[in-house]
Amino acid sequence: MSKSIKKSNKLNHVLSVLLLLVCIVLFIFPFLNIVAVSLSSARAVYSGEVYLWPIELDTQAWQLIFQNASLIRSLVFTIFMTFIFTVLAMILTICAAYPLSKKNFKGRNVILLVFVFTMYFSGGLIPKYLVVSSLNLLDTFWALILPGMFSVYNMLILKTFFASIPQSLEESARIDGCSDIGIVIKIIFPLSLPAIATLSLFYAVSRWNSFSDALFYVSKGELQPLQLYLQRLLATFANSEEVKDANQNVTVVLQESLTAASIIFVSVPIIMVYPFLQKYFVKGVMIGSVKG
Amino acid sequence: MELSFGKKKTTSLRKTNWKDYFKSHWQLYLLVSLPLLQVIIFSYVPMYGITIAFKDYNIFKGVLGSEWVGLDVFRYIFSYNRFFKVVRNTLTLNILDIIFGFPAPILLALLLNEIKNSKLKKSIQSIVYLPHFLSVVIVAGFVYQLFSTRRGLVNSIITGLGMEAIPFLTEINSWITIYVGSGVWQGIGWGSIIYLAAISGISPQLYEAAIVDGASKLRRMWHITLPGIRSTIIVLFILKIGGIMSAGFERPYVMGNALVSDVSEVIGVFVYHVGMESGQYSVATAVGLFQSVIGLILVVLVNRLAKLFGEDGIW
Repeated sequence: MSKSIKKSNKLNHVLSVLLLLVCIVLFIFPFLNIVAVSLSSARAVYSGEVYLWPIELDTQAWQLIFQNASLIRSLVFTIFMTFIFTVLAMILTICAAYPLSKKNFKGRNVILLVFVFTMYFSGGLIPKYLVVSSLNLLDTFWALILPGMFSVYNMLILKTFFASIPQSLEESARIDGCSDIGIVIKIIFPLSLPAIATLSLFYAVSRWNSFSDALFYVSKGELQPLQLYLQRLLATFANSEEVKDANQNVTVVLQESLTAASIIFVSVPIIMVYPFLQKYFVKGVMIGSVKG
Repeated sequence: MELSFGKKKTTSLRKTNWKDYFKSHWQLYLLVSLPLLQVIIFSYVPMYGITIAFKDYNIFKGVLGSEWVGLDVFRYIFSYNRFFKVVRNTLTLNILDIIFGFPAPILLALLLNEIKNSKLKKSIQSIVYLPHFLSVVIVAGFVYQLFSTRRGLVNSIITGLGMEAIPFLTEINSWITIYVGSGVWQGIGWGSIIYLAAISGISPQLYEAAIVDGASKLRRMWHITLPGIRSTIIVLFILKIGGIMSAGFERPYVMGNALVSDVSEVIGVFVYHVGMESGQYSVATAVGLFQSVIGLILVVLVNRLAKLFGEDGIW
């Protein structure tokens, strides 16, 4: 018995080390490589000497990024957009989740069906574009906010959470003369802060990460979110890849360090909130797996 | 006695008509009307817009004013080679995503479950969850930096070993491998969360009994852990299958390039090119409708199938 336990401990040990190694190679090395490329000299990048450590330390790419006024403006705009989007999306989500979490809410099933059906069927890109266009939203800030401002999936998660709040709290508030909206603000909201924080982070991350609606609905430079900026940068990068016999051009090579620096620049905000996010999201996934 | 009497009274009160309920709870309807409005404008009005798949859409006449042409648009797309190519690409990429992307998180969860050192386990989890929160654009950026022909890390290593550089991103087969691989990379950690939770719900007594019976680690995995998470696996598999036609737009659009467009152009990308770039709204809408309808049928069918197997299904 003790022998087999020893053996299994050894196996655990080997397995742990192996998993850790795979993790380092697959998940940490790519990050290190990109940081190294962004900080290496054009010559070193071009000759393929850069692996995981900067060669001939050169901060030119980073200087260019921080001198690039339109990029900095895009960062500020993206933060602002993400914030507004998250607040409005959360308000809508609470507005739908609370009434639907009440089992005796009349019309509940019909309204639920109206919401859930949109998860499985949609009009598709062009009809949606035509709606956005006919509302005169094209090329406005609101084109990046309104069309995606509500997620039925997130609403179902929140609804499940609301349903778990003891009914008696609401009843006593009602006896004290509290209205339905008052209950949401004074009772439900403070009690659901963890769930609301989780979903806000989900909304914020999804807004931060997506670029397609900006691609479809806006063309003005000042409405360009960071992801779209990066996507356009990568597209030129990919095209230069096709031209195999590109001349040895220093500016082209600096482009590489610049792309690497931009990738880090765009992902840093997510990596910064990630530790705070992590505390919550596992729970969020768990609630999400329970069907509403 | 009294209690049940009281209950009866409230239910009969509840059964008073709609009007009274509405009067005392109009605020609830006010609340729900906001998100309803959002869904109606941005989901249901576009569904009405689908009618332009059966019309010869004219920008100046609008959705209502354009003339009906019956199934002409569909006849057109079904006689169009490129249409079948994008359907094929959508299916190929999605099926490959499922074949490689679906079992990967299960495997990872099984391995993580074997790690008893909780600190180490936590740090590995933190690392593998992270890519889920990066955008496809950033993931594509990583891919370019790693696999570009001349300066990418992988090719640097390959040429450093004295071998020829491999055109990973411009050669069709290696592009598909990298597309699928990067998807697995991004999703494996996140996907494993739910399986880990399911595994932690299995009774430890089962394992203890198995150990007493002398079952090896692999046997315990096979006979206890896997059956223990069976229903989770099935439900998630259903969800995956249901989405087989829905290959989004962003990932193939960002990762594709002109040299691999023969395999990277999926329905979403095609709709964008034909609709938004060439302005053929009716054609693009018809293709989108085709995708949505097949997708819906698949979800319904697969859900039935799940119930047939005695599982809960999605609804």
